[in-house]
Amino acid sequence: MMAIGLVKSESYVMYRIVEARNVGLNIKQFVVEAPRIARKQRPGQFLILRLHEKGERIPLTIKCSDPDAGTVTIVVQAIGKTTSLLSCLEAGDSILDIVGPLGQPSEIESYGTCVILAGSVGTAMALPTANALKRAGNHVIFIEGARNTDLVVFEDEVRQASTETYFMTDDGSYGEHGLVTKKLKDLLDAGLRIDFVLAVGPVPMMRAVAQITTALGIKTKVSLNSIMIDGTGMCGGCRVLLGNQSKFACVDGPEFDASLVNFEVLMQRNAMYRDKECQSLRQFEEHKQGELAQLRADLASQDAHHA
Amino acid sequence: MHDSNPLPLKDRMKIARMPMPELDPEVRSRNFQEVTLGLKQSAALTEATRCIACAKPSCVIDCPVGVKIKDVVALIYAGDFLAAAAKLREDNALPAITGRVCPQENQCEGGCVLGKKGAPVAIGNLERFVADFESESGLLGLPAIAPPTGKSVAIIGSGPTGLSAAGDLVQKGHRVRVFEALHELGGVLIYGIPEFRLPKSIVKTEVDNLRRMGVEFETNVVAGKSVTIDELMQSECYDAVFVATGAGLPRFLGVPGEHLNGVYSANEFLTRVNLMRAYNATDYDAPVYDCHDRDVIVVGGGNTAMDAVRTARRLGARTATLVYRRSETEMPARREEIEHARQEGVKFRMLTNPIEFVGDSKGWLIAARCMKMELGEPDPGGRRSPIEIEGSAYLLPANVAIIGVGTTANPLVQSSTPDLKTTSHNYIVADPITTRTSKRGVFAGGDIVTGGATVILAMGAGRKAALSIHDYLTTGVWESEVCS
Repeated sequence: MMAIGLVKSESYVMYRIVEARNVGLNIKQFVVEAPRIARKQRPGQFLILRLHEKGERIPLTIKCSDPDAGTVTIVVQAIGKTTSLLSCLEAGDSILDIVGPLGQPSEIESYGTCVILAGSVGTAMALPTANALKRAGNHVIFIEGARNTDLVVFEDEVRQASTETYFMTDDGSYGEHGLVTKKLKDLLDAGLRIDFVLAVGPVPMMRAVAQITTALGIKTKVSLNSIMIDGTGMCGGCRVLLGNQSKFACVDGPEFDASLVNFEVLMQRNAMYRDKECQSLRQFEEHKQGELAQLRADLASQDAHHA
Repeated sequence: MHDSNPLPLKDRMKIARMPMPELDPEVRSRNFQEVTLGLKQSAALTEATRCIACAKPSCVIDCPVGVKIKDVVALIYAGDFLAAAAKLREDNALPAITGRVCPQENQCEGGCVLGKKGAPVAIGNLERFVADFESESGLLGLPAIAPPTGKSVAIIGSGPTGLSAAGDLVQKGHRVRVFEALHELGGVLIYGIPEFRLPKSIVKTEVDNLRRMGVEFETNVVAGKSVTIDELMQSECYDAVFVATGAGLPRFLGVPGEHLNGVYSANEFLTRVNLMRAYNATDYDAPVYDCHDRDVIVVGGGNTAMDAVRTARRLGARTATLVYRRSETEMPARREEIEHARQEGVKFRMLTNPIEFVGDSKGWLIAARCMKMELGEPDPGGRRSPIEIEGSAYLLPANVAIIGVGTTANPLVQSSTPDLKTTSHNYIVADPITTRTSKRGVFAGGDIVTGGATVILAMGAGRKAALSIHDYLTTGVWESEVCS
């Protein structure tokens, strides 16, 4: 092998984690150096990251960014191998690859009364849009739902981003007892006139919201989390069915008109690799410390190579 | 160059074309090792002896980048392989790649006089021999680099067009930085063309050669999203931008059932296997649908479809079938790929077109409903157009269906650059000679202008752009009139 003679001006970007903290049960927030993304990020957009040379690419929410500091804030729930490995990282660690911001930004208009429904970690995706809608003069009602109190996240920020705030838990351990759709129905039953709805969360939750609001003709957007690779429209793996039209969540979305979304197809496609994902997670759980040590060693050698 | 071969022409023409050694089809259809093994030195010398050194060599005329093939072959004949490599690199920044993936039968070898009565000189195999010899020798003959001009060029996309332009521009003394959306450099050479046809190590070596010549690279930058063209020119002070983003978006058939699990675009299937290395599932995390003991069909007749079907075969598919709506004669794929696929046990179902994908109750693909086709009158392009035979529908069992019927323009750069003129199909409008777009300082070439083509045509576009960009950077003159 010939040695690679890198020139001085070769760009080598390390995406360093400057802050990491747990914000809920298995939910972690990271502030990461990614200057290009920080400069361009708009509410509703996402990024894709890869942790190591053999890692997969996964899309993640951007909660906010600081263009001056050149950092973006991302939130991750440990559910699969990659998210679990990422959740082991701390301040001072680095992420191998981050690309973004991807997708179309949320449409921010003066709608009137907006209801934002977010399921636990989906709150991170909904927060910047809620903030922007509030700044645009809307009356913003934020309904955050979670299975239980340990999964309720960003309470203070949610209150700041809204004019009216509700917390719902499946078991009643925090806020009110019930699903976010219960609160939505209560508000509608009380005669509230809603001009715009955004739902971000698990697919069954978004589908349930859409069933209620689109029947009433309320403009409703959902932020879709289909399986992605490149995030630039090149592979088409993230395609979703809107009416009888195919759209790519990565470039046409991630937000779509809920009245057109075929949620069954989305759920079916999201289950495509479930067996492999479970197997991969089990293997990771068994070798967690080893994988983490390997990841850190790989990143350190990359760093040394480019120093 | 003087023809130093003393052998009379008629004797040269009696020498048989040296065969390319290949892995046994039985063995290779179960692994991802490179199929062709490369000519041995003695075979290359013999092959070079066959060239009759035409006064007007059609091989050079037919090469999209104008490689001085006659001179290269003469240097091989003389045994000076490094000089041959340097001669190649004058016109071709990526010889180890084109030697492997060019459709030589339609280009350099297509017009070879020897081919009229026998087999043409194996120019592609010789090219690869020289490039591999050079790389193994470690004695890379880098071309001379002109003193710095103080000008800088941003190239968007690290595929064959971008890399080729980068190589030419850096030689002229310009600062060149290539932006890539993915985490790995090479574009389609990495995510599209499989390991068994173009090993990743070859692409990496060629990229490293450009690095050594001074080209800068930045990965994870999606032009139009991470940075716009205007920002590159204003905030980042590039004097010129070359858009070489490739064709991009996969085309689907638009038939019912295309959202079933198991239906892929060829881009996705190949990206999972190539870029994300899903063929090595024990080491790599990104999954691909398990083709093992399943029935896989691939729809299309081009090189991408051929790459996908041969990949499926290697992933252990019980049947790997190519479904094409025309007949084999009309297939745009390289002949060599078709031959290789057949040897590896790929089945060909010609004059067949899927009209629906059929799934089970959980949304997994189980079959494709296909129509038999017949060929009608030639279309404006001269190819006979396929017509459905009424009442011929039948079910073809399939657990995986891969759609490889071409691509459309990726709109990310265009939509973020309002003053960049595009066609009705959203390809960028650029002058065919100068590659200038409607926007001052911005050039475009390759698939994003012409639509899907071959690696060598993409490289040709990169070379043309480099000439034109150099001209613009030197003179500062911009003729704004772009024909549309």
